[in-house]
Amino acid sequence: MEGDIAQLGQFIGAGLAAIGSGAAAIGVGHVAGNFLAGALRNPSAAPGQTATLFIGIAFAEALGIFAFLVALLLMFAV
Amino acid sequence: MAENGGIEIHPMDQFIVKPLFGGEAINWYTPTNVTLWMALTILSIMALLVLGTRGRAIVPNRAQSVAELSYGFVYKMVEDVCGKEGAKYFPYIMTLFMFIFFANVLALIPMSFSVTSHIAVTAVLAFAVFITVTVIGFVKNGAAFLSLFWVSSAPLVLRPILAVIELISYFVRPVSHSIRLAGNIMAGHAVLKVFAGFAAALGVFSFIPILAITAIYALEVLVAVIQAYVFTILTCVYLKDALHPHH
Repeated sequence: MEGDIAQLGQFIGAGLAAIGSGAAAIGVGHVAGNFLAGALRNPSAAPGQTATLFIGIAFAEALGIFAFLVALLLMFAV
Repeated sequence: MAENGGIEIHPMDQFIVKPLFGGEAINWYTPTNVTLWMALTILSIMALLVLGTRGRAIVPNRAQSVAELSYGFVYKMVEDVCGKEGAKYFPYIMTLFMFIFFANVLALIPMSFSVTSHIAVTAVLAFAVFITVTVIGFVKNGAAFLSLFWVSSAPLVLRPILAVIELISYFVRPVSHSIRLAGNIMAGHAVLKVFAGFAAALGVFSFIPILAITAIYALEVLVAVIQAYVFTILTCVYLKDALHPHH
C-alpha cells in the first residue's frame, strides 16, 4: 500500500460521486415508466411523443453526467 | 495487481491514441488510430450517401433505400422539433447525425477504435452546436433572443431567479451535450473489456461472462443508435430555442 491521504480522499470522493449515476438511473426509469403508463392508456398518442421521451431522458441523465464528471475530475484532474 | 495473482484488466487501454506507423511522438499532423477511424467513418458515410444513391433509381436498391430512409428520418426529426424554418439547417444536423451514428457503429467492430469515446471529439461537436445556435439566435432575433432567459409566463417575483437558473442551464448545455455521448460510449466499451477480462480469468467457466458480453454487446448496439439520436434531437431542441426564444 502506497499513496497518501489526498489520494485516498480522491478515490473515496470518486466512489461517492458514482452514487449520482444511480440517482440518474432512478430519474431515467421514472421518465420511461411514466411514458409507458401514459402510452398504454392512450396508445394512439404515443408515437408522437417519442421525441419528448428522449429529450426528457436526456435531461434526467444530464444530472447523472455531472456526477460522472465530478468522479472524472477527482480521478484525473485534481 | 497481477503479482498478487489477481485478475489483470486494463479496460481503458482501448482508448489510448497511438500513432499508426510506430514511434511515440504525436504532433497535429501525425496519423493516429483516431485519424484512421474518423477517415473510415467519413468513407462509409460517403459509400452510403454518395455511392449508394448514384443510381438515382425510381425503385431504389438496398443501399439507396437505406440512404433515403436515413435522410427522411433526420428530416422529419428536424421538421417536427424546429418547424419549417429549421429545414434550412437540415444539412448541418444530418451531417452531425451521420457522423456520430457511423462513428458509434464502427466502434462496435472488435479491435476498432471508438472515436466518440473521447471528450475531445464530442466537445468539439457540442461546442460547434452551442456557438452556431447562439449566433443563429442573435442573428435571427437580435436582443430579443435574451427573452429566452426571461420566463414571461412565470410570476414576476420568480423571474430573476428563473433567469439565473436558465442562464446557468444554457451555459451547461455543451458540457452535458458532449459528456453524455462520450460517457455513454466510453463506459459501455470499458464494461465490455472488464467482462472480457473476467472471461480470460475464469477458464472453464468463461462461458458465463461470454454470455454476459453477448447481452451487453446487444445493449451497446442500442446505445450507439440512441446516443446518435439523442445528440441530434438535442441539437434540434437547441436550434428551436434559437429560432423561437419566446416561452
